Amino acid sequence: MKKILLMGNPNVGKSAIFSRLTGVKVIISNYPGTTIEFTQGYLKLGEEKVQVLDVPGTYTLEPLTKAEEIACLMLKKGDLVINIVDATNLERNLYLTLQLLEKNIPVIAALNMWDDTKHRGIEIDVKKLEKLLDIPVVPTCGLTGEGIHRLIDRFKEAKISALKLASDKERWEEIGKIVGEVQKLHHRHHTFLETLEDLSIKPLSGIPIALGVIYVSFKIIRFIGEGLIGNVFEPIFENLWLPLMTKLSQFLGQSGFLHGILIGHLIEGEIDFGMSFGLLTTGLFVPIAMVLPYIFSFYLVLGLLEDWGYLPRLAVLADNIMHRLGLHGYAIVPMILGLGCNVPGALATRLLVGRREKFIAATLMAIAVPCMAQIAMIVGLVGKRGGQYVAVVFLTLVLLWFILGGILHRILKGESPELILEIPPYRRPQILAVIKKLWMRTYAFLVSAVPYVLLGILIANILYTLKVIDLLAKLSSPILSGLWGLPSEAISALLIGFLRKDVAVGMLGPLNLTTKQLVVGSTILAIYFPCVATFVVLIRELGIKDTLKSTIIMIIVALLVGGLLNLILPNV
Amino acid sequence: MDNFRTLPELKPGESGVIIDIQGGSGLVRHLESLGVRVGKRVTKISAQFWRGPQVIKIDNIQIALGFGMSRKVYVEIKK
Repeated sequence: MKKILLMGNPNVGKSAIFSRLTGVKVIISNYPGTTIEFTQGYLKLGEEKVQVLDVPGTYTLEPLTKAEEIACLMLKKGDLVINIVDATNLERNLYLTLQLLEKNIPVIAALNMWDDTKHRGIEIDVKKLEKLLDIPVVPTCGLTGEGIHRLIDRFKEAKISALKLASDKERWEEIGKIVGEVQKLHHRHHTFLETLEDLSIKPLSGIPIALGVIYVSFKIIRFIGEGLIGNVFEPIFENLWLPLMTKLSQFLGQSGFLHGILIGHLIEGEIDFGMSFGLLTTGLFVPIAMVLPYIFSFYLVLGLLEDWGYLPRLAVLADNIMHRLGLHGYAIVPMILGLGCNVPGALATRLLVGRREKFIAATLMAIAVPCMAQIAMIVGLVGKRGGQYVAVVFLTLVLLWFILGGILHRILKGESPELILEIPPYRRPQILAVIKKLWMRTYAFLVSAVPYVLLGILIANILYTLKVIDLLAKLSSPILSGLWGLPSEAISALLIGFLRKDVAVGMLGPLNLTTKQLVVGSTILAIYFPCVATFVVLIRELGIKDTLKSTIIMIIVALLVGGLLNLILPNV
Repeated sequence: MDNFRTLPELKPGESGVIIDIQGGSGLVRHLESLGVRVGKRVTKISAQFWRGPQVIKIDNIQIALGFGMSRKVYVEIKK
């Protein structure tokens, strides 16, 4: 099968064109370098079916980063290259184009972001550009789909260009000549968006804006999350599901093995979705009614911020702080993604260059950044005792993030690398793209989380029935009771935490803990170990040795912080 | 020589032409691929506090460079 490669600089709308060509759902976002893992899809050209590969964004064909390395490798296997060129940044984009033309492979260029050129005062003579480059050039707009059909129609005209240059110097001279001939710039006034761009990158205005954006983001996430729980999901469970389950419970005789597995324990004679711990009660209630609303609202807000182009600015503003932790501003991205789910957070550490930096970022994320599922459960459970106790948990984690980062930065040898990053312009998010991405992420949560939650609850119930928990509780009681001041039954939560952190936090519920114990337990659950899915990704990204080191740090920190909290928190 | 400055020495809003990048060939290439190269007109947009990254604009692109890197980029200010 023929292979068509989509190649271009990062952030030129490659993924948008890809999804237009193939119709496969892919993540489109405004963050340079999100597509390190390439995506593939298929396209029907008449009778022929061809493979389309979305190659990671690259500035040159000299492999400077991991993404560019992959791009170069993929180029060798392609039959046709569609070079996506950002029409608003012709000069820089042409550098990659010229390098592509020097290879022995047919090329066709898509002049993307064509709609943007008009209001930026850029005029490009496409016919002349075609002639100078000696390949077909088609103006396109990936987000609206304009020009895509013309692009496909002209695939057959793609050819190996006669334009061959030998050195960097020649290339830049040629680019200067081409741009001078085909592009005219018209003067125009600063647009509102550009003024906003400038304000959000200047420290005096940018830092307040960043704090404002973060504050408003979390307000919106909570508002939507709580709104969905209180108005949609809880009523559904209470009014529709509860009567059904009550009947089932009576049918099963309100006790016994099967009742224990499916319905769980009755609390004061009734089913309690949060505490009963049966597969059909808590097992469905936790992922769907307590966590899903927050996952949905978090990814909605994150998707808007990504497509709007805000995250790179946050990275620049955060660079200074991150340097104190041995990281650079880029590392804010895994942290933010980690707030949604630690798995994409751990995956995103591959955006970072050095081994040391990856190690610090992954360790900090796994320890001090709880995922949205866990946050939702902590807010739900600890929040019942008072908002200030929730604050204690999160404040501890934030402090821990800074202190541990500072310590790792001191003791690990090596330099923290410097930031070098393109800041894309603000773009109005394409609603369709945001919804597509939101759907993909929410769906991914449901299919991966629900089975694990059910499995976690099943295992917990079986372990209880077999009295394994009792045995483990006895063995671990020196640490649990002696050091952390928790009842030794809390070992069950720690065990299930390997599977799902949200279930684990939920398991603290039926233990009748004091508020202090609840705070200590929730904090320890956040710190002590990543869930199994994150752990697997960490091994892949860091290697076994660094993952083990990271794990040892996690366990030590959990022991220390749990003990410390137990010592200093007042008994409430 | 009064007109030669490194990027951190430019004030936000000032612009000039890049005349030299004093770095290893790896750094120079990386910068060039982003559009930061000798002969280009560059405008400083902002500098973050405490020797933080410098944000510059070349053509239609904004780029953030770490403080150390940006000190290696020399700019001539034409009066």
